[in-house]
Amino acid sequence: MVLITRKIEFSASHLYHNPAFSAEQNRRVFGKCNNPHGHGHNYTLEVTVAGEPDPVTGMVLDLKELKEILDREVMQRMDHRFLNYEVAELKGQIPTCENIARVIWELLDPKIKQGRLHRVRLYESADLFADCYRNGAAC
Amino acid sequence: MLMAVKIELGRRYRFAASHRLHTERLSEEENARVFGKCANPYGHGHNYVLEITVSGDVDPATGMIANLAELDSFVEQEVIEAFDRRSLNEDVAAFQDVVPTTENLCIEIFERLKSFPKAKLERVRVQETSNNSFEYAGENGREQL
Repeated sequence: MVLITRKIEFSASHLYHNPAFSAEQNRRVFGKCNNPHGHGHNYTLEVTVAGEPDPVTGMVLDLKELKEILDREVMQRMDHRFLNYEVAELKGQIPTCENIARVIWELLDPKIKQGRLHRVRLYESADLFADCYRNGAAC
Repeated sequence: MLMAVKIELGRRYRFAASHRLHTERLSEEENARVFGKCANPYGHGHNYVLEITVSGDVDPATGMIANLAELDSFVEQEVIEAFDRRSLNEDVAAFQDVVPTTENLCIEIFERLKSFPKAKLERVRVQETSNNSFEYAGENGREQL
């Protein structure tokens, strides 16, 4: 099995706020991330697909096709958007790295037909990232 | 119910420390042969990058596996305060008789962090320079790497 990884970058804004919490609780749990008008990040997304290279083309999958899937499912949905208000899949959830990575996994998994989605890694900054794997699969 | 996906959270920290690779169990000539420049008597330093990975359920109320402020303060207290701007050989008890290679540093850091109460520590990765990095996932963690 070979793993192939493609990276894209997008910029988006978000804020952390749980309407079920009091103002004080939101402040305590989420800190500066609770600031009401939100803030932004340059996100880096690494998508890893596992598979066997095709004996004829030598490819696990057509990278151009993966690029188009990432553009359609992630860039058009999230790039230069306010994640809380503009991304339907995140409605009712706190747009943390963990939740965004899972939403991206759920968007991509059914679309990847050649090979199998292995890992979604989303960096919010160089020092913070979330990884999403298929449960039960070796990481 | 088994969730369809497993989520892990990765976080990077930095510390600067010195070390010397040398053991009393080898002769001076053997130390020089095995460890090369790293055995120079006064030691030398690195800017270490520590990457830790934790897993757990994502709390629907916060969207988080673990509160970052709590994770940061735990790592700060257990690792950064003990190692940053220190000599690993002289200032860290674990390296009195153990050579502070980055392999052993990974194991020591894993042991210090595995009791984090809010999430499961999956693995630690320590980058000694941009060209060298080491990972440890606990005694039973080989299959995770």
